[in-house]
Amino acid sequence: MIRDITIGQYYPAESRIHRLDPRVKIVCTLLFLVSLFIQNSLAGYVIATVFLGAVIRLSEVPLKYIVKGLKPIVILLLFTVAMNLFLTQGGGRLVHFWIFTITENGLRTSVFMAVRLMYLVAGSSIMTFTTSPNGLTDGMEKLLHPLNKVNIPVHEVAMMMSIALRFIPILLEETDKIMKAQMARGADFESGNIIQRAKAMIPILVPLFVSAFRRANDLAMAMEARCYHGGEGRTKMKPLKYKARDRMTYIITVVYVAAAFAAGRFADFKLWIF
Amino acid sequence: MEMIHAEKLIYEYDRRDEDGNIVGTNRAIDGVDIDIPQGSFVAVLGHNGSGKSTLAKHMNAILVPTGGTMWVDGRDTKDPAELWNVRQTAGMVFQNPDNQIIGTVVEEDVGFGPENLGVPTEEIWKRVEDSLRSVGMIEYRKASPNKLSGGQKQRVAIAGVIAMEPKCIVLDEPTAMLDPNGRKEVIRAVEKLRKEKKVTVILITHYMEEVIDADQVFVMDGGHIVMHGTPREIFSRVEELKSYRMDVPQVTMLAEELRRRGLEIPGGILRREELVEALCRLR
Repeated sequence: MIRDITIGQYYPAESRIHRLDPRVKIVCTLLFLVSLFIQNSLAGYVIATVFLGAVIRLSEVPLKYIVKGLKPIVILLLFTVAMNLFLTQGGGRLVHFWIFTITENGLRTSVFMAVRLMYLVAGSSIMTFTTSPNGLTDGMEKLLHPLNKVNIPVHEVAMMMSIALRFIPILLEETDKIMKAQMARGADFESGNIIQRAKAMIPILVPLFVSAFRRANDLAMAMEARCYHGGEGRTKMKPLKYKARDRMTYIITVVYVAAAFAAGRFADFKLWIF
Repeated sequence: MEMIHAEKLIYEYDRRDEDGNIVGTNRAIDGVDIDIPQGSFVAVLGHNGSGKSTLAKHMNAILVPTGGTMWVDGRDTKDPAELWNVRQTAGMVFQNPDNQIIGTVVEEDVGFGPENLGVPTEEIWKRVEDSLRSVGMIEYRKASPNKLSGGQKQRVAIAGVIAMEPKCIVLDEPTAMLDPNGRKEVIRAVEKLRKEKKVTVILITHYMEEVIDADQVFVMDGGHIVMHGTPREIFSRVEELKSYRMDVPQVTMLAEELRRRGLEIPGGILRREELVEALCRLR
């Protein structure tokens, strides 16, 4: 059913990764992404694979979920691999036919590039799989709190994000209802070319917008009635507090980044052309 | 001690044409005097557009009177310095259950009010648990509000208000969008609260059945209070109620018809048992 759609693809479980403070997960994900870019060596990738594998294992998210998450980037991936494969020159020539030449360097860069892209997506999807949308907004709010000093309304933005998340299923359900109502009046959403179909969406969007504004108005009133007056003087029901495991995670991640970087520099090894 | 006290309350809003030009003013509330003692259960009845919701919004300082004064627990709602105190004293539950739940998890939503008041974290948890228990929703504390029924959502909304520890709860047609079962659930929850927490309850509604336990009933029409009394007094004036386009409960209606045909039945019968008793006494 349409109301069962979860956004941010959260995978509910009680694993060690799930229990971490959202701030830790956000920062460590960023560190992991950085680690993929500051090195480009076989040893570095081996370490990254071990690290990512361990995290996936600990998160108790089934591997097939993560693989499924890679689907949207397949085209991008193929394109990048092809470009790197044929356009990078240097090193010994491996294959040559007509105008295409695959060199050792080309193969090496394209494989590394593909791995890097896949790890990027897998690494960040682990974060969204293990953190509830609200956890993410809370974490963001706390992390970006210093920006308050330069007059960026961090609390308000975070509040808007969490309210938007709350209303996604409600608006989806409403869209469904409006579509059925318009279909009952003879609207046709399936046939015609793309422009005709886009035009057919107008009778859905207009009532949807009207009702969204009405809801927003009601909600604002309900929030005011419950004494909401911005972030000032507000306490938290679930305040974020670093625990021992959060500090450990920071240390482990930093050690990993350093190791991946150092391995690429000082302890790299060659396996054929890689 | 008066919980809510209004004197010559007037609320006007501008009527505009399609270009947004003011073409006149409408009076939603016109010279209303109301007195609601602390701890009582008061119902406000009225047809659509009678001004009952507008009156409710004044009790929470969402609307400020154009003329006259509204005091909530001795505080003038027009005074900006008292705004948050007024809102904490008189909590408000609205009609649409979907549009008043802010949190994505039930317990987070109930905690929203106390969070805004700056209540310390441990205290928030205590209040959330306490208020969810009092509306019978404690087993749903971790659930997503989207998966609840209308009646359950409305009970969560009530819990959200209770968690702010108000002296008075204003329910603005809390059952208008619910099915009969949901309606019963909500009314039962409100009743329980009234008995356990001794809060003043102001119920705005157009369902007659919900007001038979009230201490006082006000009937509004066209921005005025047109009838005022105990439920029994109000319901014995069937013809007058009908002239304000209000439906009378079936039992009351039947009793009234029988009385008119010459049976000796007292006026203002509210419950089925009362009618049965009155009929048995006839023999």
